[in-house]
Amino acid sequence: MTWFSHAWGWVLELTWAHLWLSLPAILLSVAIAVPVGRLAFRRPGLGGALLSGSSLLYSIPALPLLIIVPAVFGVPLRSSATIIIALTVYGAALMVRTAADAFASVDSHVREAAIAVGHAPRELFWKVDLPLAVPVLVAGLRVVTVSTVGLVTIGALIGVPSLGTLFTDGFQRGIVAEVATGLIATVVLALALDGLCLLAGRALTPWRRAVEGAGA
Amino acid sequence: MIEFCGVGKTYAGGTVAVEDFSYTVQANSLVVLVGSSGSGKTTLLRMVNRMVEPTAGSVLIDGRDVAGLDRVRLRRSIGYVLQAGGLLPHRTIADNVATVPVLNGTRRREARSAVVGLLERVGLDPSCAERYPSQLSGGQQQRVGVARALAADPDILLMDEPFGAVDPIVRRELQDELRRLQRELGKTILLVTHDIDEAFRVGDEVVVLKERGVTAQVGTPADILAHPADAFVRSFVGADRAERRLRTTDVDGRRVLVDDDGRPAGVLVAAEERRTAP
Ligand SMILES: Nc1ncnc2c1ncn2[C@@H]1O[C@H](COP(=O)(O)OP(=O)(O)OP(=O)(O)O)[C@@H](O)[C@H]1O
Ligand SMILES: [Mg+2]
Repeated sequence: MTWFSHAWGWVLELTWAHLWLSLPAILLSVAIAVPVGRLAFRRPGLGGALLSGSSLLYSIPALPLLIIVPAVFGVPLRSSATIIIALTVYGAALMVRTAADAFASVDSHVREAAIAVGHAPRELFWKVDLPLAVPVLVAGLRVVTVSTVGLVTIGALIGVPSLGTLFTDGFQRGIVAEVATGLIATVVLALALDGLCLLAGRALTPWRRAVEGAGA
Repeated sequence: MIEFCGVGKTYAGGTVAVEDFSYTVQANSLVVLVGSSGSGKTTLLRMVNRMVEPTAGSVLIDGRDVAGLDRVRLRRSIGYVLQAGGLLPHRTIADNVATVPVLNGTRRREARSAVVGLLERVGLDPSCAERYPSQLSGGQQQRVGVARALAADPDILLMDEPFGAVDPIVRRELQDELRRLQRELGKTILLVTHDIDEAFRVGDEVVVLKERGVTAQVGTPADILAHPADAFVRSFVGADRAERRLRTTDVDGRRVLVDDDGRPAGVLVAAEERRTAP
C-alpha cells in the first residue's frame, strides 16, 4: 500500500495508456471481422478457408508476432502502432468465426421476406442482417474485449507502456504490490469495458427487451 | 394483369417444380392457386416478383416481361404477404408497415404518418404501432403483413399461404376481410393455398394444380364444384365428401339443406330474402 500511495498517479497514467492501446485494437478487430465474417457466411467455400486462416493467425505466438508486425507494416518496433496492429490481428482472428455465426443466426425466413419486399443487397445488410446479428456479435465482441485488454500487457516486453509495465517493473524490483496492482487494474479495466459492451448490446436490441417485458 | 407464358422451373438439384404452366390473372381479380404440398405453387408465385427465375417461358405484368425489369424496383412495386406475416422482428409495427415507402425514399416521418390509416384499414388498433411483432398474436401479425404489402399502394398483391398460421376462426375473419379489401381497393391479387375451402371462399377464379404445376382445372368455385374436370379434381375439392353433397328437406314449412350424413348445413332462402353484402 505504501507503494501505491506514491505511485497512484503513474498507475492512472498507465491505465489511460492501456485503454488507448485497447480501444483502437478492439474497434479495428470488429471493423475487420464483421465484413470478413459476413463474407465467410455468404460464400461457404471461401468461408472455410477464411476461418482456417483466422485460426492460423490466432495461433501465432505473441513475441514473434511483435517482431513480424514492424517488418510487415513498416512501423517502429517500440510503438503503440505495433501493439495495436498485433492485437488487431488476434482480435479479428478471434472474432471472424463468431461474426460468421452471427450472420448465420439470422432467421433465413426473415431475410427472404426482406428481399421479397424489395431490400437491395446493401439495405439488406445494414437494415436486416447487421441489426439481427447484433446479439451474437456482441457476445464475440465481449470475448475480444477481455482478451485484448489482457494481451495489451505484453507490450511491456518491448517497452510500450501499459498496465503490463507494472508487471515487468514490479518483478524486476521485487515489489509485490506493484505486480498485484497491475493485475487488479487490468482485470478491472477488462470488466468495465465488458460491462460497456453488454450495455451497448442492450441499447442496440430494444426488441429483445420488449419481448421479455411482455413476459412472452 | 399477370400472364404466365409457358413457364417452367427446374431447380439446381434437378427437381422439376413446374413443368409448363400458362395462365392469365385478369386485372382486379382475386385468383387462387390451390394444390397439395410440393405442387409448385410458391415457385409460381415467386416468379412474379423474380424471387425465382423461370428456367422456361416468361411472366408478363401488363404486357412487360418481368425478366427485363429491375428486381428490386419490381419487388417494391408488388405487395407480398408471407405466411406468418414475414415481419422484421427488430422493427416496430409502424416501421414494418412503412418499410417499402422508406426503401423508396419517402422520409421516415412521412411514411409513418400513413401507418395509422393502413393499420385501421386491415382492422388493427393503431395503438399497436410502437410494439414489436413478437408482442402481437399470429392473426395480428398477419394483418400487419397485409398492411405492409398495401403501404406503397401496389396494383398487385402476392399472398403465399397468408392465413396458414392462424386458428380457423381468425382465418375465416381474415378471409372475409381480404374479400372486403379486394372490393374496396380493386387490386389484382394472386393467392396461394393448399386449403380448397379457403380457395373457394376468397377466389374469383381458382386454379387447381397437380404435381409439377400441371393445371388440373381452372374456373370459378361454383364451376369447379358443379363440374369437376376429372377424378383428381373431384377428390381434391372433396366433391364426394358428405358435407359437399346437400339436399333439401322440409322442416315446418322451411327448406333446410342437409348433407349426405343428414347434418343440417343451412336454410334455403328465396332470392329476395338475401342479405345485402356486408
Ligand atoms: N430452392 C429450391 N431448391 C430445390 N428445390 C426446390 C426449391 N424450392 C422448392 N423446391 C422443390 O420444388 C417443388 C415445388 O415446391 P414449391 O415450394 O413451389 O411447392 P408448394 O406448392 O409451394 O408447396 P407447399 O404447399 O408445401 O408450400 C418441391 O418438390 C420442392 O421440394
Ligand atoms: Mg409453398
